[in-house]
Amino acid sequence: MSAPTDAAAVPAASTDMVSVRAVHKVFGHGHDAVHVLKGVDLDVPRGSVTVILGPSGSGKSTLLRCINELEEITGGSVVVGGDLMGYRKDDKGVLHRLHPKVVAKQRSRIGMVFQRFHLFPHMTAVENIMEAPVQVRGLTKKAARQRALELIERVGLSDRTDHYPAQLSGGQQQRVAIARALAMDPELMLFDEPTSALDPELVGEVLSVMQDLARSGMTMIVVTHEIGFAREVADHVVFMDDGVIVESGPPRRVLDDPREQRTKDFLAHVL
Amino acid sequence: MTTQTSPSGSDPVPNRIHARPVPRPGRLVAAVAVLVLAAMAANALITNENFRWDVVWLYLRDIVVIRGVMWTLVLTFGSMAIAVVLAVALAMMRRSDNPVMRSVSWAWIWFFRGTPIYTQLIFWGLLAVLYPRLSLGIPFGPEFFSFRTDEVLTAFWLALFGLAFNESAYLAEIVRAGLTSVDPGQTEAAKALGMKDGKIMRRVILPQAMRVIVPPTGNETISMLKTTSLVVAVPLTFELTYATSAIGNRTFLPIPLLVIAALWYLLITSILMVGQHYLEQYYGRGFGTSTRRRGRGKGPAGGKQAAIAAAGTVQDDVNKDVTP
Ligand SMILES: Nc1ncnc2c1ncn2[C@@H]1O[C@H](COP(=O)(O)OP(=O)(O)OP(=O)(O)O)[C@@H](O)[C@H]1O
Ligand SMILES: [Mg+2]
Repeated sequence: MSAPTDAAAVPAASTDMVSVRAVHKVFGHGHDAVHVLKGVDLDVPRGSVTVILGPSGSGKSTLLRCINELEEITGGSVVVGGDLMGYRKDDKGVLHRLHPKVVAKQRSRIGMVFQRFHLFPHMTAVENIMEAPVQVRGLTKKAARQRALELIERVGLSDRTDHYPAQLSGGQQQRVAIARALAMDPELMLFDEPTSALDPELVGEVLSVMQDLARSGMTMIVVTHEIGFAREVADHVVFMDDGVIVESGPPRRVLDDPREQRTKDFLAHVL
Repeated sequence: MTTQTSPSGSDPVPNRIHARPVPRPGRLVAAVAVLVLAAMAANALITNENFRWDVVWLYLRDIVVIRGVMWTLVLTFGSMAIAVVLAVALAMMRRSDNPVMRSVSWAWIWFFRGTPIYTQLIFWGLLAVLYPRLSLGIPFGPEFFSFRTDEVLTAFWLALFGLAFNESAYLAEIVRAGLTSVDPGQTEAAKALGMKDGKIMRRVILPQAMRVIVPPTGNETISMLKTTSLVVAVPLTFELTYATSAIGNRTFLPIPLLVIAALWYLLITSILMVGQHYLEQYYGRGFGTSTRRRGRGKGPAGGKQAAIAAAGTVQDDVNKDVTP
């Protein structure tokens, strides 16, 4: 949050945790090129929850992955917590790609939760949570474990500390995955359809952990099809289609009184 | 759901079927045929004077033979150890973003897989002839130091590294297959946590890839055991095959000494096979006890690997490569 390059990259008055500007993403080259994001603008104020809705293939996952640099953007800019992601802008306004180590450092401040959990299968629940603090932050094992146990309690899994992921249900795995992301004390959390791979009866436990997290003031961007969650927890709802943001606003406005036909069609399908 | 029947006689299945099995006369015929053939083979081996079993017994424990076994073992395990280290490096280079690294790795594998090991070993043996002095310095510029090739690089070292370099090319492909078999989601998750590439490889990818890497590596070790007999091309003349054939030539009894070599190779291979069996069991164990609680990292051997197996983040069906 205090990198010297900030001033050049961000308007000083910005209170936004995330600001995405005119982001384009093209996969591949030449004839195989797929233009997935076609100029996306998105601002996420600190401490707010933004829910992204949209049909399959509209670019929701790609947008999240561009925000934490898992994908390199083709055009535009992404600023998180005041830092331009992936690049350094010199005095003449020329962009320089950042070294992977620096990018890794930028990423470490952003937590991400995946649809298919992606827990490390060869580590127990607590080891999964300790891994990044020890390996990235250089915490001692003891301190990391202490913190991991707190987080595991926070997601309600104190009795599953030493279980391997394969010994946990999907909902439990996803809660461990959330704790793993939180262990890095992120200032932003990204969720990519965190409940889509879960049996219906397990969805609630994960959503309630996320709701607690939102209440604690975490800035969150959530891709989900859970309209109920959007209605209750979100400060902003964004509807994406075909690589652009079609409509955005407070949940009641977008969900109950959509202006765009594409939003209406989509909501008619999922509701 | 228990499937055992109680011994008290109260069968929980009142109408248990007691049918006659399908007749399988073929099995009996096959068993008899195999027995007859085995007896014939044993007879042919034991009664044939030319095998000279007395000589076999005499030289089986000969000091030169035992020393040959030792050298063979040293060459096998030494070269495999070097090859594993090289192979991991080669496989990582092959996956690297750096095009120079990628091409170096590709060229190495291309060369060492593309030429016969025997030719390579002859070449290493000729190194001292081709380059009587080796030196380290700037090409076309000053030398920092130099040494006589044949004084430093003795036949043993040439043989050891000759075998290792060749093997590293095959192992590199096995390691690469292992690395590729790990779900890319694992890398993504580690990246998203801010881990750097080296850490991701060491902490996340390699431990999971081991499950795929270990079985074919055991196979390669057994193969290497017999490949060591080719170091005569260097020439290195202590290992088992050379030692036994030298005695055979000296005593004009080549056949019993070939039998001795074969018996020793069989014995070592058998031991290696047992080892491989346990390694494979360790690294490939299925997942039976899904809810059993395990101590942190100190659970029954294979707990970690079992967990990897159960998670399905690693695919098994990678092509296995076998040395010629
Ligand atoms: N690595 C890639 N290479 C090429 N095309 C890709 C790649 N990743 C995504 N795409 C394409 O980009 C488009 C958007 O994908 P994305 O995963 O962002 O959609 P999504 O909105 O998350 O959909 P879903 O709801 O199904 O997850 C798709 O058409 C997909 O085929
Ligand atoms: Mg998606």
